[in-house]
Amino acid sequence: MKRSFFSVAVLGLVLAFLYIPILLVFAYGFVPNGISMSFFGSDGRFLGVTWKWYRQIFTGGFAIKPLLDSFWLSITVAGLATLISCVFGTTAALALHRWKGRLQSIHHTLVYVPLIMPDILIGISLLMLFVAVKVECGFWTILIAHVTFCVSYVVMTILARLQDFDDRLIEAAYDLGAGPWYTFFKVELPLLLPGIVAGGLLAFTLSIDDVVITSFVNGAGTNTFPTYVSSMTKHSKNLPAVFALSTLMLIFTCALVGVSKTLTGKNQTKQKGK
Amino acid sequence: MTGNPLRSRRAEWLVTLPSLLWLGLFFAVPAVIVLAFTFHGHTPNGGVGEWSLETWRELVDPDYPAIVWNTIRISFEVTLWSIVLALPCAYAIARMNSRWRAIVAGSIMLPFWTSFVVRVFAWKTMLHPDGWLQSCYLTFLRVREWMFGWLPGSLKGLFVWMGLANSGPVDPAASTILDSEAAVVLVSVYSFLPFAIMPIYTAAEKFDFSLLEAARDLGAKSFYAFRKIFIPGIKQGLISAILMVFIPAIGSYVIPQMLGGTDCVLIGNKIFMRAIQNRNIPHASALATLMAVSVLIPIACAMWWKRRQNARDRKRLEAETARLMIGGASS
Repeated sequence: MKRSFFSVAVLGLVLAFLYIPILLVFAYGFVPNGISMSFFGSDGRFLGVTWKWYRQIFTGGFAIKPLLDSFWLSITVAGLATLISCVFGTTAALALHRWKGRLQSIHHTLVYVPLIMPDILIGISLLMLFVAVKVECGFWTILIAHVTFCVSYVVMTILARLQDFDDRLIEAAYDLGAGPWYTFFKVELPLLLPGIVAGGLLAFTLSIDDVVITSFVNGAGTNTFPTYVSSMTKHSKNLPAVFALSTLMLIFTCALVGVSKTLTGKNQTKQKGK
Repeated sequence: MTGNPLRSRRAEWLVTLPSLLWLGLFFAVPAVIVLAFTFHGHTPNGGVGEWSLETWRELVDPDYPAIVWNTIRISFEVTLWSIVLALPCAYAIARMNSRWRAIVAGSIMLPFWTSFVVRVFAWKTMLHPDGWLQSCYLTFLRVREWMFGWLPGSLKGLFVWMGLANSGPVDPAASTILDSEAAVVLVSVYSFLPFAIMPIYTAAEKFDFSLLEAARDLGAKSFYAFRKIFIPGIKQGLISAILMVFIPAIGSYVIPQMLGGTDCVLIGNKIFMRAIQNRNIPHASALATLMAVSVLIPIACAMWWKRRQNARDRKRLEAETARLMIGGASS
């Protein structure tokens, strides 16, 4: 039958549309002139490409110290938020999966609603809470906010995993004389681990990328990588360093996802082999 | 099952409490505080004043209604463009073989591994008035001027009001794409498009494409079959796609902040301005309430539609069962 050339053509254009900015991020990491953001001089001469922004990132020059500081703050916040939301997410998913009472329907609403609310509403309402109880905004308020919006995503990921969880395994463990803690740590947790890792990865990427919520609760002078970048202007002369750092992050993420894909792929073939 | 300690009431509370307390304290309580703040006045030094209806009264008066309307209009525009682009994309991916599907669907999500702010910054650099995108934009405006130019005044006025047509001849100096509404719409579509493609693609994957062939064999034109068979077949995915774009578009703040200039201020920017810069907490709260309402209305509509759909499906199933049972009894 006739292939639809129109839809394939639109798909091609859309892919180009999605990738042009990514290619530019990559290219701007090598731009020689950080102020004009151009590879060409004012006389139209090609100025070549430079590694100096990458060199600055690794040697940590004075000029880009705030950028690197904000980057490490982002990593710290994302790491801690991931850990905490994984703990809360696991318990919440277990509760929602196992019990179906009134309490759980309230619980489910509380977990679900943050997913459909725009980020900015979570940001402003947390700011209002901190204003109401007169807490100084800073590292801790950022961490609280990040845990709050990450938990729901972790719960949903683990719940999806629990759908094909064989509950008889737990009953079997009980019949064999295991206690609740032993069953949890030796039976449930190992089986749920892939789901928890997937939820954790999602939480980490959401946390490290968040700018809206953080910009409400960060207070003065505490900046994560995204809020620092959004406060830069077009004519900030360290802009190429931001693009270089983003390129490094993208390569790192791709490598990480590639490794995890091959690991889970191996797991699946092993299970299939059984 | 009765003796299972895992099913006990105490265990339930123990497992539920951490997340329940956290989300209650940091999500439900703040929402109540926001609502309470809207019924307070503000003090000149940035505090929250006495209980009063002052804030709600002030909300009608200044430029707020215009901003709310602007936000909803731009969100509609962004949603429309995203869906129009996402439909053929999802259709094309769903028609590929499984190997290509995985590759293309993956490459649609890949841009998300670069920081959102950095991508918006890349756009900002690209949209610079000296850049090539600016000349593309001018061409677009001139083509649009030519397209809508022949329309009678009142009809053209409608398109201008909807933001689809230019009000007058194109002036290159005044039509820079950066710091304009067009830049906000363009980059919003760029950011939210994958969220529109994915739900439609998931629905289209389950769609039985032989139905389209059957329609064509019966003489339907391709586009007619697409509209009458494919669209109704994937409407569940279509509705989630619309919500996935419309909701973040309503809550948009970074894109208009970085690319909209003074030309395009949305509710999100106004909330930030009031909360952080002017320190007018009650006004920020009232705007946040308005935003929550404009998000909850489409969600409620979608839920109502889904419930009606489910009821209809159930009725159909019951009728079918009844028919089969009668048929079985008579044979």
